[in-house]
Amino acid sequence: MRFQFCAITRVEPKCKELCLSFIQDAMLQKQWKRAAEFLTFYVESLEKDFSREPVGASEIIWRIGSEILRHHPDSSVKEFNTFIEPMKTLSVKRYLKVCLEHAFYLLHNGLIDEAYQNLSLAESWRFGEQTVIQDKELKLIQAYMGLLDYYKWSKQKNILLEDGKYLSVEQEMHSCFRKAAVNLKEIIKIPGVWDQFVKCYVDMLEFYGDHNEARQVLNEYAYNPKFPANPNAHVYLYQFLKRHGESKKSLISVLKILHDIVPSHELMIDFNTMLQKSKKRKRRRLGLEVIFTALDYAGCKENVKAWSCLARQVKQIKHLAWIKQEWNSRKDWWPAFHFSHYLAKKNWQENESLSYEKALVAGILLGRGNTKFSFLFTT
Amino acid sequence: MEEKEATRDFNERCAQCSEVNWGLTDGGRFYCRSCHNVTEKITEVENTDFTSNIRIQTVSKGLRKQEKTDGGCEWYVCEGFQFVLRKQAEALEALGVCPQMKDEVLWNFWRCYLQKTKQAYCDRPAGETVRPLSVCDSSTDVDSDPERLSLLYSSLSESEGDLQTDCSFVSSTSKVSESTSVRSRSGSVDGSLYLMKNPKEKLRMTMPMTLSFCYMALLWVRETMTLSELLRFVFEGHIPYLNVFQHFPEKMKLRGPDIKIFCVESWPSYEEVFNKMHELAAFLDLPRFPDITDSCFLHPDMLCMKYLMEANLPDEMHNWTCRVVKKTCIGEVDFLTLVPGNKSTRKVKYDVLAAAVIVVTTFCVLLISFTCSQPKMCMFYSDGPYFELKKWYKVLKCTLDVEQKKLDERRAKYLWRCEKPLFYSAKKKSKVLKRRQIVVNLQNQFGRLSGSVQPAEKPNPSSFQLSWSEENTDGSCFHGHSLKGILQEKRGLLTAMNPRYWLCTLKLCNEKLCGHLAHYGEADFPQSYHFVLRLFSFLLRIEPSYIHDEVCMIEHKLFNKKLRKKTKYKTGPRK
Repeated sequence: MRFQFCAITRVEPKCKELCLSFIQDAMLQKQWKRAAEFLTFYVESLEKDFSREPVGASEIIWRIGSEILRHHPDSSVKEFNTFIEPMKTLSVKRYLKVCLEHAFYLLHNGLIDEAYQNLSLAESWRFGEQTVIQDKELKLIQAYMGLLDYYKWSKQKNILLEDGKYLSVEQEMHSCFRKAAVNLKEIIKIPGVWDQFVKCYVDMLEFYGDHNEARQVLNEYAYNPKFPANPNAHVYLYQFLKRHGESKKSLISVLKILHDIVPSHELMIDFNTMLQKSKKRKRRRLGLEVIFTALDYAGCKENVKAWSCLARQVKQIKHLAWIKQEWNSRKDWWPAFHFSHYLAKKNWQENESLSYEKALVAGILLGRGNTKFSFLFTT
Repeated sequence: MEEKEATRDFNERCAQCSEVNWGLTDGGRFYCRSCHNVTEKITEVENTDFTSNIRIQTVSKGLRKQEKTDGGCEWYVCEGFQFVLRKQAEALEALGVCPQMKDEVLWNFWRCYLQKTKQAYCDRPAGETVRPLSVCDSSTDVDSDPERLSLLYSSLSESEGDLQTDCSFVSSTSKVSESTSVRSRSGSVDGSLYLMKNPKEKLRMTMPMTLSFCYMALLWVRETMTLSELLRFVFEGHIPYLNVFQHFPEKMKLRGPDIKIFCVESWPSYEEVFNKMHELAAFLDLPRFPDITDSCFLHPDMLCMKYLMEANLPDEMHNWTCRVVKKTCIGEVDFLTLVPGNKSTRKVKYDVLAAAVIVVTTFCVLLISFTCSQPKMCMFYSDGPYFELKKWYKVLKCTLDVEQKKLDERRAKYLWRCEKPLFYSAKKKSKVLKRRQIVVNLQNQFGRLSGSVQPAEKPNPSSFQLSWSEENTDGSCFHGHSLKGILQEKRGLLTAMNPRYWLCTLKLCNEKLCGHLAHYGEADFPQSYHFVLRLFSFLLRIEPSYIHDEVCMIEHKLFNKKLRKKTKYKTGPRK
């Protein structure tokens, strides 16, 4: 439909746009040979770029070529390497980016050492002003080198644990650690989401017993306002604190924040369990709120443990006012959401324990006679 | 050219003026530059290579320097265009055009052009008033310097036999060549000057204009090739256009501005070539072109027959197209024949006109829209099948989609670069070569990954893009079908069953103001109309809006009386 009218007016830019659209269609339909065929006719745009696109021909060719080579049945790592090298030189402004993507490709194909070589080559690249402008890419490259150093360290660690302590292994481990630490520490300073990097760094720190540094890193990652809100940060912090036997108070404060960000998180169940056991009234009240809120979400609907927590709490609780408070905002929609006739049947057929727990809760909240689960009480 | 060497040794004084200032004529005779006295002395010097058809040579001393570092020589931009024209004319001849077009008509036009633009054949150097600040040594006056060229002239009235007379190029770019910066650089002598000239002034020559020249010559000899066909042949590669400068003689090197002049970056549009041709005809003060009579190929009756065949419509429709042509008077000699400079008559696009006639006839005669139900009659009479619009539509749509897709793929796969890489300056040479190498490597790599794909064959030059054979057993050829199913006998005459006709537009626009007679909007017309326009748009390789313009024009001529009546009353909704 697009090319209904075929006038040959000022067509050269249209020719290449047409060519590009054929390439895109072929790629979307996974016809890699056809895409490659049209790409051969598109590449001359490198010499004379007539396109009016904001993205230049060299970038288009790099991205499309990479994609085709990733999926083409006759392609190989060697083909990709042959292709990517000139792509690096075509644009100085993109040099580091292309290097990084090349490294990803190699990692994807399990070639860790080659990836590392590429990254270190890229890291040593200097090009006047460009090095400053491409600072971000450079940091990323260093970060991934850090990650690969951690991977090496981790392998050495396994050898250590299995075969016993050997000085050479230890020394090598330590050198990997040092290299990795430098780079990882740098990248997590920059506001962003660095889950994997943080985990690896903390893992190494813990191994060498540097708990303070580890705690500091995790705290920074979770609480620095410059960083984007990231539930995982709190999860890591919580897990760390738990591992090191921190006080309930600190654990609760971490989980409270997680509750605010992601009320349906699976850790909420643990949180509730912790809070229920507390002597403080406030905490027990919070526990009730936590578990109710968690069950507001579809994610926990079929979670037996969640229901059993709720069941336990509503049975034991002496403060009916609390339950009333929580139920008030939910009585309109929870019955249809959790206690429908259809769900009752389904739960009964699929998961008896779930059904039992839900029935208990329903019985208390809805009153025995009202609930659709009433048939259960007759058994 | 070895003129310098040849005349160097000849130190005799001229019989007429006693000067020792010799030059060579085309015939190889010595002649005195000061008084133009031709002697009997002949030299064995061969003519230079690249102008074998037209005997134009630069005679001035000091301008032809062949001792360039890259083996090039000095040449002028118009020589380059001349070469292009020659190649195009040869290609046309190979396609079957009469040799007269090339040998006589085109060359006369070209010479006339050169004369009018004062690039040659005249007694005044062209570009004398142009003084580029950077390179000109303005104090030098052409006439005062005896070393400078003197010129001979020939008028258009001269016959070809007199081509022996001396003629030369002249340009004040001789001044340009004095400056060292140009001397060391090869490429055309006046390339940069050429680009600096005001483009509106004097119809500066461009690559699309070469096609205008060709078309003008084709029209003059009334050749059986329309402009749309010419442009199609250019696209298909049968007529040199893209990268033709690659075939310039070795010595004509291209640099910098030459690339901008000769390197094409897009296909020329029909409109562009057409309008330029008319401008050119007026500029050259050409007389009325040879008449287009009803036996000419370009006459609507003839072209309609061709297009009807190509569009797979019944032969019987030809009677109707002729009737439309007659009624609208567009078959008149005076309407069709080109009179350059006449601004009152509308310029005729023969191919578009014929297509528009068919469109009007189709909708006039064959019912308004395809959604009208067909008369329930027996489709086969003893004298052959009846034409069914719906069946025709199905067959044509299928074919058109296939052909369109092929055309789109061909366009997508078109390669624009030339064999020899071009560089604007020596500095960029290495970068350009590197790029070229990368491109070649990529093409090889992805070529291998394309699998076994047959390279696109250059289609054979053919006048018809779609052909239908009555021998096909699937009944997809409609030429022989009868229109009886659609028309009805009324008092012994066949008339359309549905006497109503919807008009595209009630009022025509002023073409000069907005470029179109009417505006073709997709929402305004039924799909059947779009389809028919699309079909002819494909055949003529032109935007449908131009066909729509002609359709509106014809409609207005056809229904002139009714329209005038209508404007008296309040215009109701379009029928």
